[in-house]
Parts: sequence; structure tokens; C-alpha cells
Amino acid sequence: MLNLYDYIFYFFAIVILGSSFVVVFSRNIVHSAFALLFTFFGVAGFYVLLSADFLAITQLLVYVGGILVLLLFGVMLTNNIVNVEIKSGTMQTLPASLIAALIAGLLCGIFYVSNWYLVPTTPELLNNTTAVAIGYAFITTWILPFEVASVVLLVAMIGAVIIARREKAPEVE
Amino acid sequence: MTFTVSLNHFIFVSAILFSLGIYAVLTRRNAIMVLMGIELILNSANINFVAFSRYAGMDVNGHLAAIFVIFLAACEAAVALAIVLNIYKQFNTVNVDEVSTMKD
Repeated sequence: MLNLYDYIFYFFAIVILGSSFVVVFSRNIVHSAFALLFTFFGVAGFYVLLSADFLAITQLLVYVGGILVLLLFGVMLTNNIVNVEIKSGTMQTLPASLIAALIAGLLCGIFYVSNWYLVPTTPELLNNTTAVAIGYAFITTWILPFEVASVVLLVAMIGAVIIARREKAPEVE
Repeated sequence: MTFTVSLNHFIFVSAILFSLGIYAVLTRRNAIMVLMGIELILNSANINFVAFSRYAGMDVNGHLAAIFVIFLAACEAAVALAIVLNIYKQFNTVNVDEVSTMKD
């Protein structure tokens, strides 16, 4: 018997898979970028269904607010809109689709036959907010990766600014 | 295989998302489309982390791994787009198969 949770799951699954099909197969790169928005929203919905509230908000802030806008800027700055070059071509579709289908079949088969170690959870645990637990874990168990990640973010920010602002190098012979 | 949602349903969706991302990385000529494929792959990995964390006793460590993946995805997107902008300035194209000066 399907309940509301299952219907919401299937709705988000259709959103994710449909929009990622548009991302992968659309000929127009701007359409792909906008379909990616719906994929990210669907993944955030999955996080809510999996009772990961903090992660759902992070997904919306970082992916939709940051990475997607960055990708759109990349599309705008690197395609001459006046040209017809906005269509992006594909290559080697047949071997690539074989490889992708092989990977999908293999993964689904492995997932289907595997006997996962599952621990039943209590409803109180699922209804709690995860932000407190994530904060404690960040400053206890995961303190070293947390500090390294902050340094990596700083290095990536400075590096991106320096690389993108570099003047045009002399022509390659 | 029942229709009531369990762990398997989430990881099936993530497996299909992963192979779609692989297909985009392998076939697209535009470097920005390759980046979008990488974002799809990272998202599918994140779904797996969170799903396993939910069905293995709501352990919060899976959430932390997913947060680090999001950190690194943001860094990767910023640096990769800076490189793509430089390639566009240099070669006037962002098609990955036309940028082959080092091969010649």
C-alpha cells in the first residue's frame, strides 16, 4: 500500500531523472543549464525525504545559489551569443552510451543482489534536526578535515581569481 | 522488489543519475557541459551517502561526507571555470577536442 511518502518519492525521482535526461541530451547548452536547476531541486527534495534537513538547505544554497550561477556565467562568457555556436555537439555517442548503460546495469544489479546492513531507526531520531549533531561532529571527530577544507576553499578562491584575471599570453607558435 | 520506498529505491535513482553524468562527460564537446556531467556524478554520490546514513541508524557521519563533497564541488567549479575562461581567451573555443596544442 503506497502512502504519501512513496508518492512524494516517486514525484522527486521523476523530476530528477527527467530533468537530468534534458541536461544530458538537450542540444542547447542554456536549456541544459536550466534543467540542471530542477535536478538540484529534486536532489534537495530527496535529502528532505531522507530527513537530512541541514544538507537540503546546504544543497539549495551552494548548488542552486552558487555553482549553477557560476555555470551560467561560464555559458554566457564563453559562447558568442551572436554566433550559431551555442549549439554544442556530441562525439562518440555509441561507445559512450554502451559504457553508460553497462555502468547503470552493473550498479543496479549489484544494488539489487546486495544484502545491506540496515539498522532500524526510531521516529524521534528521524524527526530531530541534524544541525546540532553535525556541528558537534565537525568540531570533534572531523576537526582536521574541516580545517583542511577551509584552507582548500581559500586556495581555490585565490587561485580562481588569479587564473581568470591573467592577461592574454603571447600567441602559441 | 516492492513499490514501498526503501534504501534500494534511492540508490537505484542515484545509479541512473551517475550513468547519465558519465554519458555527458564522455560525449559532450563543450567543456562546460563536461562540468555539468561532473556535477550530476557528485550529486548521485551525495544521494548515496545520505541514503546509507538514513538507513544505517541515522548516523550523521554520512551527512558530513556529503558536506565535504559539496565543498569540493564548489572549489572545483570555480577553478575549472577560471581555466575554461582562459582557454576561451587563448583559443577562442571551449570545445575540448579542439584544444589539442600540446598533442601536436
